[in-house]
Amino acid sequence: MLLALLLIIPLAASIAILAGAPARLTTLGAAALNLILGLFAACCPDCAGTISWLVLESPAIHFSLGLDGMSAVMLVLSVIVTLAAALSGSCPEGREKLWYSSILLIAAGAIGAFISTDLFFFYAFHELALIPTFLMIGILGRGGNERKAVAWKTTVYLAFGSIVLLAGIILAGTQLESFSFEHLAAVENHQNAIALLLIIGFGTLVSLFPFHSWAAPAYASAPAPIAMLHAGVLKKFGLYGLLRVGLAVAPEGMQHWLNLLLVLLLCNIIWVGFVTINQKNLASMLGNSSVMHMGYIFLAIAAAIASGGNIFTADGGLTLAASAAVLLMFAHGISIALSFSLADRIEAKTGTLEMNKLGGLAKTAPKLCFLFGLVAMASIGLPGLANFAGEIMVFLSGFEGWTSDQELGPVQIATIIAIWGVVMSAVYMLRAFRNTFQGPLEAKCENVTDLSLLEKAPAILLSLVLLAVGLYPNVLLNLLK
Amino acid sequence: MQYYLEFIVAGLGLVLLLWEAFAAPKKKATLAIAGAAGLTVVLLALIGTSCSSCASETPQWMARFVNNDSYALFFKGFALISTILVLLMSFDFQKIINKFTSPDGSDTNAGEFYCLPIFACAGLMWMASATDLVSIFVALELVTITFYVMVAFMRRNVGSLEAGVKYLILGALSTGFLVYGIAWVYGATGTTEIAKFVDLESSSALLFGLALIIISLGFKVGAAPMQLWIPDVYQGAPTPITAFLSVASKAAGFGVAITILRPFLASPATQGSVVTILVVMAAATLLFGNLAALSQTNFKRLLAYSSIAHAGFLLLGLATSAFDSVLFYLATYLVMTFAAFFVLALIRSEEDSEEISALNGLAKRNPLLAGALTIIMASMAGVPLTAGFVGKFKIFEAALSNLDKVSWLVIVIAFIGAAAGFYYYFKIIRAIYWNTNENQSAIQLPLITKVSVIVLTIALLVFGVFPLPIFNLIG
Repeated sequence: MLLALLLIIPLAASIAILAGAPARLTTLGAAALNLILGLFAACCPDCAGTISWLVLESPAIHFSLGLDGMSAVMLVLSVIVTLAAALSGSCPEGREKLWYSSILLIAAGAIGAFISTDLFFFYAFHELALIPTFLMIGILGRGGNERKAVAWKTTVYLAFGSIVLLAGIILAGTQLESFSFEHLAAVENHQNAIALLLIIGFGTLVSLFPFHSWAAPAYASAPAPIAMLHAGVLKKFGLYGLLRVGLAVAPEGMQHWLNLLLVLLLCNIIWVGFVTINQKNLASMLGNSSVMHMGYIFLAIAAAIASGGNIFTADGGLTLAASAAVLLMFAHGISIALSFSLADRIEAKTGTLEMNKLGGLAKTAPKLCFLFGLVAMASIGLPGLANFAGEIMVFLSGFEGWTSDQELGPVQIATIIAIWGVVMSAVYMLRAFRNTFQGPLEAKCENVTDLSLLEKAPAILLSLVLLAVGLYPNVLLNLLK
Repeated sequence: MQYYLEFIVAGLGLVLLLWEAFAAPKKKATLAIAGAAGLTVVLLALIGTSCSSCASETPQWMARFVNNDSYALFFKGFALISTILVLLMSFDFQKIINKFTSPDGSDTNAGEFYCLPIFACAGLMWMASATDLVSIFVALELVTITFYVMVAFMRRNVGSLEAGVKYLILGALSTGFLVYGIAWVYGATGTTEIAKFVDLESSSALLFGLALIIISLGFKVGAAPMQLWIPDVYQGAPTPITAFLSVASKAAGFGVAITILRPFLASPATQGSVVTILVVMAAATLLFGNLAALSQTNFKRLLAYSSIAHAGFLLLGLATSAFDSVLFYLATYLVMTFAAFFVLALIRSEEDSEEISALNGLAKRNPLLAGALTIIMASMAGVPLTAGFVGKFKIFEAALSNLDKVSWLVIVIAFIGAAAGFYYYFKIIRAIYWNTNENQSAIQLPLITKVSVIVLTIALLVFGVFPLPIFNLIG
């Protein structure tokens, strides 16, 4: 029942808000309660229990919820970012109902997708979260009429991705005993087609090159909590799906397309990396950096494919490559949410995110500067912060099982190239930091007040998690075992 | 009792007509409420008599023509529910009907409008249990002829008249196809009883007859190559009748198609050819409906093209013999189409426009209606957790498990169609939320529209998460 509660709380809260309950208070209450319950469920998957109700006989579809290591990590990510998102951003006067109920609906969708153990609802909950995302970008996004075009583009891209994904899921599902996760197994026919459909479908949702162009503009115009939830949590759905479903149903098909996937993910890292360096706007820069970092997680998935596609070890834990992917998903989710939360504060205080109009903020807002510096370091991959642990594991998994007397395989070559992405991250992050916080004090930054306690709250929550996982990654890795 | 419900429905229609003629109520629209109440009683009787324990023997004199299996009962309930909704919608639409039927805008000439749907309902119910090509034909004509009158009912509106003429001419043509097809099938098999269509040899005469029948049913459901009437007739007809046409005509077409084609789809001798015809029609219909819908700016026309697109999905289900998926899809189609047309009828009454731009800024003018329309459009597009998704999911599932019958190309077309659907349905959602309207005044919902829209929308969500009850109903 605990798992059902995790879904019911945000859904009920969002309905209550629409019906007239105090929006902010209800949202914070629901998010905090969910955080406590979510952490409890993750620590003790057995007490979380499972649920399974038959909703359709042929094909057999169950409304079933359950937790294992991988989904527990994603659940923890979701509940943490939800609370931070609810605390972030500034809701325009009079739009509280829309703002807070959207946050809760997206959270419910994301949580539902990660704790579902049936393909049907796994897919369905993700879509539930997309609709408020589109609406919020279009209604309350930044930047005049342009936001409508951005929101429309996002809608069209993600709808395309979802349909392709649906085709792959059904094609695989019809060959399985049921749509339940426990029956996931390598299918007999059409593995190559399934693998390609899943790579494109999930890939579009995760902004895999060349289906990535919706992501950066969408994050740049989305209101802060929406950008945090989508980039931080919802986007991980595609990666989680590839690991969990894609590798299970079509291991050979994935092998078949491995080289294609490697080329695409290198484009994510290198091509989008250059694009990111070239950004003049802080929000677009962060949006692009998030697209770029997806490349590393795809690299871990590629390593898992190359090692045969089985992500579980004999004792039920996750292999190195899969753990690396999950850890980096978590770390990236937290760090990108923190970045968007802080960027929103910078805009709220200075009125702009154009980097050439910002400068010297460190003098007027030292706490903001410190926190942003922390997340910039995390994105670059500084040891001691969560992203480092994830990235180093990804690179190690690329070379797992390789000995020096072998020739370099495609995954190893891709890993070697991908490592250069870290340098690019350093270039754009440090430049952004320098332009925004250092140098002469720009006019817009003169009368800025530093973060208040309430504004700091989400940032502190997220940075503590970054530090904790960075210093002791076993907190999460133990969950995966 | 169960076998006489159609007679009760037809009698109800006659009583209402007589009431209208000799002792007209003060407001003619009262007839709609009376009709809806009467049909609700019939619906309850249908539910009460359909339990397995109370099934009675078919009376001897009608046994040759009638078979009340679970499919028939499902379609009868379907016909009753849609007619009740049409009558309720007509009540809230009376202003427009009055405006276009008499010069002074009074309701003197509007009375029959509220009685005619009941006759169509009786025809639909007869058709549901008909088991003989002749009785099917007669029942189908009762429905079609009633529609000829209803489509052209707003006689002072050129659009409605144009729609009436188009519907009449093309409808007559399709009737010709149907009779001719029945004649060929009779010639090839020597019988019109569907139960006797077993172990047939495939002959070109039989296949030609079947092709003619399929084509003429394609007219009823709006499938290519007989879909051209749909947009104009939908746009011109009074909105409640458009909804009726869109739901009942489609259900009638598919109901008859299932009854007639089931033995031919099961027999190995004819299966291949029939499936080929259906799959080719499905592909053409999906392509036409979805692509033409992309550029529409009129909400009613958009729904017309979307109804063609839905017919394409349904044909795919028919071709793969996934009959329960077809019925489920029709049931969800009923719910979402009526919900959408309730909103459309209201907008027409309030704004005197059916353009998508009339929906601009609806979120500010009536948040409840905006929320409901969002869910309805999401369901039409096939967003998960709505009933529309389960329908599409089942059809896709049927197509992908029958890859020997349905070619890859058609499945790709179906998926492209579904993706295109997202594009044009979300255009409505975009207008509701993102665009602004000069007219900011709040929209008041009449009671019937409000209750109907809320109930139908909730039904979409409930059956989207938990579709099992409907499948149990289908049996």
